[in-house]
Amino acid sequence: MHEAHADGSGLLFDLTLSFPFLLAIGLYIGAGFVSNRSPHLQKWPTWRYVCWSIGVLCAGLAVIGPLADQARIDFRAHMMGHLLLGMLAPLLLVLAAPVTLVLRTLPVSAAKKLTFLLKSTYVRVISHPISASILNIGGLWVLYTTDLYHMMHQSLWIHVLVHVHVFLAGYLFTMAMIYTEPVAHRYSYLYRAIVFIIALAGHGILSKYLYASPPEGVSQRQAEAGSMLMYYGGDAIDAVLIFILCLQWYKATQPDKSIPASQ
Amino acid sequence: MSSKTLHSDPKHTLKRSLWSGVLFGIGLAAFIDETIFHQLLRWHHFYDQSTTDIGLISDGLFHAFSWFATIGGLFLLADLKRRYGLSSKQWWGGVLLGAGSFQLYDGIIQHKLMRLHQIRYVENVIPYDLVWNLSAVVMIAAGLFLLKRTSKKGAPSDA
Repeated sequence: MHEAHADGSGLLFDLTLSFPFLLAIGLYIGAGFVSNRSPHLQKWPTWRYVCWSIGVLCAGLAVIGPLADQARIDFRAHMMGHLLLGMLAPLLLVLAAPVTLVLRTLPVSAAKKLTFLLKSTYVRVISHPISASILNIGGLWVLYTTDLYHMMHQSLWIHVLVHVHVFLAGYLFTMAMIYTEPVAHRYSYLYRAIVFIIALAGHGILSKYLYASPPEGVSQRQAEAGSMLMYYGGDAIDAVLIFILCLQWYKATQPDKSIPASQ
Repeated sequence: MSSKTLHSDPKHTLKRSLWSGVLFGIGLAAFIDETIFHQLLRWHHFYDQSTTDIGLISDGLFHAFSWFATIGGLFLLADLKRRYGLSSKQWWGGVLLGAGSFQLYDGIIQHKLMRLHQIRYVENVIPYDLVWNLSAVVMIAAGLFLLKRTSKKGAPSDA
């Protein structure tokens, strides 16, 4: 990766790397159009295509192009990429409800198999709000408080694995907090709210900790700017998550106006 | 946000109005602290070397809780309104009580005991501490006064 950029073939490399992202957008739009043809289904909403496309774009910006290049030497750019890849992209992609789209596009027999898979113990365990929070926030603690951050810049494989983990754990966490898909194992709003607050606290504490104790190879000045970006950027995206969680809660407890008043 | 019926009984309504207010009050105080004292005036420091570990954890938990409470408290308010069950005096009492309590905790425990950061980095911080904590006590007292007056009347006002 480092070499590819040094000798000028960086553009070709970036183009190759952007292919899966473009494919993801293409497949999503294709699935939407195909499933729209089915007479008993409602039209797949336009805003979901928009969420999906911007979400994929956010994830792409974090790993391809100028921001990704800068992130290898600049902790602030790294943190910006992290916010895009681990928080904003997952939020937008979860809102696009890709599992629902796949389920309505696939033939019934294949859809049944997928539903069966989604109900498995494995999915149940990792999508539990607490384990999703540990994978997400715990993973960040491991990344920034051990040698991993330093090692990530030495080895391409570790680099790729860390980024895949940040994205997947962010997606899992968002999915476990706001239910936009037919999730098999549901937890109450209050339960998710409490877990969410603790996870958010874990994120904030880590940000402030990084301000004072930067990872190896990061200057004090960059660590200060990066940790503040992590703190306030995280708060901004989490405010949207909290808003959606509360809105779903509010809608779910809509009083039934047909029931006469108790007093 | 739990009952499916449109109207809840008055006692329940009062309690919910109070809690909605308390949550929003805590959130509001934390929000003002963050925007005015951290961002605009830049009196508070993001991180102070003297911060204890427990101070860092306490700050993180309170910050996360208050962030959630600001939004959650307003949704609870909307829920009370759609059920025609809002007692505004009880709500404002709750806001003052919540904001005052958070401010007092921040001023005494977090600033002084856990040494998170000081209100302002000047030679003599005592006047700042006094104003900070006294205003917190005034808010708590005003909140309690409002709550006492509402609970005597017993029914929610339609103001």
